[in-house]
Amino acid sequence: MERLRFATVGSVDDGKSTLIGRLLYDSKSIFEDQLEHIEAVSKRRGDDYVDLSLLTDGLRAEREQGITIDVAYRYFATPKRSFIIADCPGHIQYTRNMITGASNVDLAIVLIDARTGVIEQTRRHSLLVSLLGVPHLVICVNKMDLVDYDQDVFNNIRAEFEEFASRLDLQDVTFLPISALAGDNCVTRSANMPWFEGPTLLHHLENVYTASDDNRIDTRFPVQFVIRPQRADFPDYRGYAGRVAGGVLRVGDEVMVLPSGLTSTITGIDSPTGPVNEATPGQAVTVLLADDLSITRGDMICRPNNRPRMSQELEAMLCWMDDTAPMQPGKIYSIKHTTKVARTKITEVLYRLNISSLSRETGINQLAMNEIGRVTLHTTAPLLFDDYHQNRTTGCFIIVDETTGQTAGAGMLLSPRT
Amino acid sequence: MKTSLDGLIDESVTIIREVAAEFERPVLLFSGGKDSVVMLHLAVRAFAPARIPFPVMHIDTGHNFPEVIEFRDRCVAEMGVQLIVGSVQASIDSGKVADVSGPRASRNPLQTVTLLDSIAEHRFDAVFGGARRDEERARAKERVYSHRDSFGQWDPKNQRPELWGIYNGRHRQGEHFRIFPLSNWTELDIWTFIGEYDIDLPSIYYAHTRPIFKRDNMLMAVTDFLPPDEGSVVEQMQVRFRTVGDATCTAAVSSSASTVDDIIAETAVARVTERGATRADDRMSEAGMEDRKRTGYF
Repeated sequence: MERLRFATVGSVDDGKSTLIGRLLYDSKSIFEDQLEHIEAVSKRRGDDYVDLSLLTDGLRAEREQGITIDVAYRYFATPKRSFIIADCPGHIQYTRNMITGASNVDLAIVLIDARTGVIEQTRRHSLLVSLLGVPHLVICVNKMDLVDYDQDVFNNIRAEFEEFASRLDLQDVTFLPISALAGDNCVTRSANMPWFEGPTLLHHLENVYTASDDNRIDTRFPVQFVIRPQRADFPDYRGYAGRVAGGVLRVGDEVMVLPSGLTSTITGIDSPTGPVNEATPGQAVTVLLADDLSITRGDMICRPNNRPRMSQELEAMLCWMDDTAPMQPGKIYSIKHTTKVARTKITEVLYRLNISSLSRETGINQLAMNEIGRVTLHTTAPLLFDDYHQNRTTGCFIIVDETTGQTAGAGMLLSPRT
Repeated sequence: MKTSLDGLIDESVTIIREVAAEFERPVLLFSGGKDSVVMLHLAVRAFAPARIPFPVMHIDTGHNFPEVIEFRDRCVAEMGVQLIVGSVQASIDSGKVADVSGPRASRNPLQTVTLLDSIAEHRFDAVFGGARRDEERARAKERVYSHRDSFGQWDPKNQRPELWGIYNGRHRQGEHFRIFPLSNWTELDIWTFIGEYDIDLPSIYYAHTRPIFKRDNMLMAVTDFLPPDEGSVVEQMQVRFRTVGDATCTAAVSSSASTVDDIIAETAVARVTERGATRADDRMSEAGMEDRKRTGYF
């Protein structure tokens, strides 16, 4: 059975937590003790209905303030698929948590309140989905019950969104009119919107095609750990463990190790469940080579005729996430990219992206918390990387503040502008 | 053979290897409970044919089911890993914590002190735990790499962003990380793994008959450490345990499931979460787990 990771993005006002509660409730994934608990709390607070958002808002501060502070992960399954939900907060100050939740998902759901239409927050969330390269986007126009299930409302919001989205890099966008509170088009088809002929949300989640989302062409294997048993029964075993970041590794393949440029042949691939003949993106394996080369953590195994870029001068979209200090050009940070750690300076802010208007603001040399900009970086050691749009795994990095240890920035590597 | 667990196994193995590569002194918490058993098996597979490059540690309240301790010792012997035992009894004897008494007393909360002392004593900087996000609401918000300050405290409002598959384990002297490689596994996934890879577990996970009394609608096992409540009726019942913790606060469920397949069938239709059904410690307050986690609990 396949597993789909998806993020839900929006604020409490959009009914996001209610939507998740609805998916869990209607797919019978809520346990009785959880339901009893939220029923009791809803009753105590005097709510008219069971507040399904209480299922996801787990921390005390969240329940007290009625907001979602941090990403919450939820799990449910239908006979067709297993799902991992990353429930992301929508408030602007929690942009970093949204990026956390949406960075490695297959699909993102952005909610729009049918009464308010596309608002600044919708634009910001969609931009982030686009920047993060999330392969599939679902726009749920929620609270259709409050606009009399009016088809025109839905069509107008759709047109408004499409006009804005034409300037973004979104691959696959699906629009759904729903009411999370009333249950319309979430798990079961709505009798209130006969004009809508598309699928329900759950049907879409169960059937969206994700098998072609991975890069299976450009072979990339960042070496994570060298396995050398100090055991008499395995005197010569020397394996390179890691997770396939792109392409396919096969026994018999001729490979090149970077940065050394030495070549060898794959003689075996061990997986956690036994030897395999090939390994595809996402698989954690140990690769055995014919020759005894000097290979360490941070090296990259690829094909001789298809190599990643290698450079100490980088260009990236950088989202700043440190609330204690802005990004300072010239300051030395730690950078972690695949399995490699180096030090880096951010040399220049080419522009800051206005996430509402999408305009490029120049003449700026800092990025504050939640700001996104195109920057250049200089690293102490060459990185082996691809354009983020070609390969999310070899195209992403994090910036760490060396003093506080905080994850201060998240970057997506891009081809230099020519 | 490809199974639904492949992505989960790959993710967990990657996390375990990353910690071994980046931290100086990792340790894996091993109680003999099913989640820690699965985690240990994944660690074995992550480094095979080499041995696991870190020890395992059990925080022992002294109030154990004997079947679990017997299993624990057999398991570490077979796998050739080093076992460290952090003893709550020793913490009590040294005066660091006071033992609890009374009819509902449980040493479960005392484990936090022993755990933090053991981490400090051995200077562990990464502590693998078998917690899953589907277990409990506070856990649902926790990162895979969960930072702890020098008091062992978790600050849920100030968690580091965790993006893509890149983990940030940078820490200062005296701080440590709790690492949760099974974050994205569900109870059903755990049982599916146990079934598919024929993983041995303590016998009390499977249906057996033992003396039981009822407390707050929970089925409590009569043991040396837990005499029946006054006025309660002790019956011989067929039960199994969905979680295995301190014998004084872990309840059983009525069950005839004697094989993994029986349990998977039962779990698939279970209507109550495993903690809701069987953990008296989580019933203490609405934020029971959050409060304990903040101060350094597992």
